[in-house]
Amino acid sequence: MPLKYRAYMAVYRWRRIDPVPWAELRRPLASARVALVTSAGFYRPGIDEPFRRITGGDSSFRALPDDVDPRSLVLGQISDSFDHGPATADPNVAFPLPWLHQMAAAGEIGESAPRHLSFNGSITAPERLVRDTGPRAAQLLVQDGVDAAVLVPI
Amino acid sequence: MCTQAVALLAGVMESRGIATACVALVKHVAEAVRPPRALAVPFPFGEALGPAGDAATQLRVLRAALRLLESPGPPPVLEDA
Repeated sequence: MPLKYRAYMAVYRWRRIDPVPWAELRRPLASARVALVTSAGFYRPGIDEPFRRITGGDSSFRALPDDVDPRSLVLGQISDSFDHGPATADPNVAFPLPWLHQMAAAGEIGESAPRHLSFNGSITAPERLVRDTGPRAAQLLVQDGVDAAVLVPI
Repeated sequence: MCTQAVALLAGVMESRGIATACVALVKHVAEAVRPPRALAVPFPFGEALGPAGDAATQLRVLRAALRLLESPGPPPVLEDA
């Protein structure tokens, strides 16, 4: 990671969750509906709006259908704090949809959710994420009957 | 920043009844932010679930994250991959 990011992270005041909420998994994993949430900023070119470079970070999200081809997605993350090569070559490093489908087929989880969510994780001012877009994203998962979400950064 | 973003999202989702498992690229960020359930991974930024093309590692990490969903708590739960 470039030095400028190391220096920034060393003094950054991380936002603390307090109190920490807790939701029991409502049913066994083998019958649970599971959604993926990635912060890689993946989006569907020509269908979704690209993520924007704005002060504090773009807190919006894109909903990706369960039948999306991960190889058709564009890595919307614009941060140069990490190597874009691996996720461009293999989206599974941050959006492991084929592996989730494989686990559903094997009965390890109940099923894959109808929609998965993609955020652009380069957010230094997360107020809007916590108060607006995050709750709307959660509501979308509730509407889809999602029991559990796996969240993957990049 | 990504680890904080997904951790904060996990908190929001969990408060609305969705159980979450969060992958953490930076353990001390997970310790500071405190998502309900997190799995600290030893990989560099850009490949949170393991190296590109390494399906076995990615699946192993995904399974480990999913197993956290059955943790009895109490929160915050933070384990190493």
